[in-house]
Amino acid sequence: MTVWLILIGMGLVTYATRLAFILFIGRVDVPESVRGLLGFVPPAVLGAIIFMGVLLPDSEAVLVLSPLENLRIPAAGLAIFVAWRTKKILPTIVAGIVSLWILQAVLG
Amino acid sequence: MLTSDLPFGMLYGALALTALPPLPSLAMSSIVFAGSAQLLAAQLFASATPGFIIILTTLVVNLRHFLYGASFAPHLRHLPAGWKWLIAYLLTDEAYAIAITRFNRSQAGSQGAAGTNAHWYTLGTGLTLWISWQISTAAGILLISRLEIPEAWGLDFVLPLTFIALLVPLLSEKASWMAALAAGVMAIVLAALPLKLGLIAATLIGVLAGVGAERLLPARRPPARRPPARADDALPGEK
Repeated sequence: MTVWLILIGMGLVTYATRLAFILFIGRVDVPESVRGLLGFVPPAVLGAIIFMGVLLPDSEAVLVLSPLENLRIPAAGLAIFVAWRTKKILPTIVAGIVSLWILQAVLG
Repeated sequence: MLTSDLPFGMLYGALALTALPPLPSLAMSSIVFAGSAQLLAAQLFASATPGFIIILTTLVVNLRHFLYGASFAPHLRHLPAGWKWLIAYLLTDEAYAIAITRFNRSQAGSQGAAGTNAHWYTLGTGLTLWISWQISTAAGILLISRLEIPEAWGLDFVLPLTFIALLVPLLSEKASWMAALAAGVMAIVLAALPLKLGLIAATLIGVLAGVGAERLLPARRPPARRPPARADDALPGEK
C-alpha cells in the first residue's frame, strides 16, 4: 500500500513541475537568477549519482579510489569517452559494462 | 529518439523489478513518466529509502521541468485548459527537445500549417514517446523476470553508465563541469548522511558551485548577450 502512496506522490510532484508554468505564465515570470539555479540541477544530480555508482557500489560500502582495485573507475572513464564521441546512451552502456567485464577477467 | 528510448525503458523495468513487484514497477511508468527520476527511484526503493525522501528526490531531479514549462507556456497560451493539462503530462525531456524546435520554427517562419498545428505535433510526439516508454518498461520487466542475472555481471553499474551518457552532452561549459564535479565529490563525502539525504544535499551544493563558478570564471564572451548556454539550452534540437 505504501508503495502506491509513494508512486502517487512521485507522480504529483513530477506533474506539478511540468504544469506550474504552463498554467500560471503571465502571472509569474521566472527570474533570470532562478533559471540559472535550475539549469545547474541536471548536471549536479547526474554528477552525484555517477560518483556514488562508480566509487561507492552498494555491495561494498568502502571507498576504493585506486583504479586498479576499483575497476569501475577505468570502465567509467572509457564510457565517458564514448559518451563524448557518440552522445548516445546504448554505446555508452555497452562500452562501460563490457570493459568492466574484460578488466575483471584480466585483472580480477 | 525512440531508438534511445527503448533500451532506457527496458533498463528501468529491469532495475525496478529488483526492488518492486511487477505491477508497481509498470505503473510507475504511467504515474510518473520521467525516465531518470524513475531509474533513481528504483535504486532508492532497492535500498529501502523512506517514502518522503523518494518523493523529495523525485522533485529535485524533476526541477528542470520548470524550465521546459516556462519555455513552452507562451506557445500554449491560446489553448484551452484541457490541452495544457494534457501536454504538461507528456512534457518529458525528449518531447520538449523535439517539440520546442517545431514551435520556434513555426514562430519564426510563416504562420502556415506547421504553426497552427504545432500543439497537435507536440501531442503526437508526446503520445508516441509515452507508448514506447510503457512498452519498453513492460519488455524490461518480462525479460528480466525470466532471467537469472549473476551479481558478478555488475548490472547495477548500468545506472551510473546511463547517467554518464545523459550528463556528458550537458557539459558544454566550465560552470556545468563544476556543478557536476562538486555534487559528485559531495555525494561521496555525505554518503553517510541518514535517510539517503546525501544525494539531495550534494545536488544543492553542486547547483551552488555551478552558480558560483559562473560568477567567478571569466565568461567566454562579453556579457552583453544573455548568459552563456546552460544545461537546458544544450538539449538536442533546440537550436
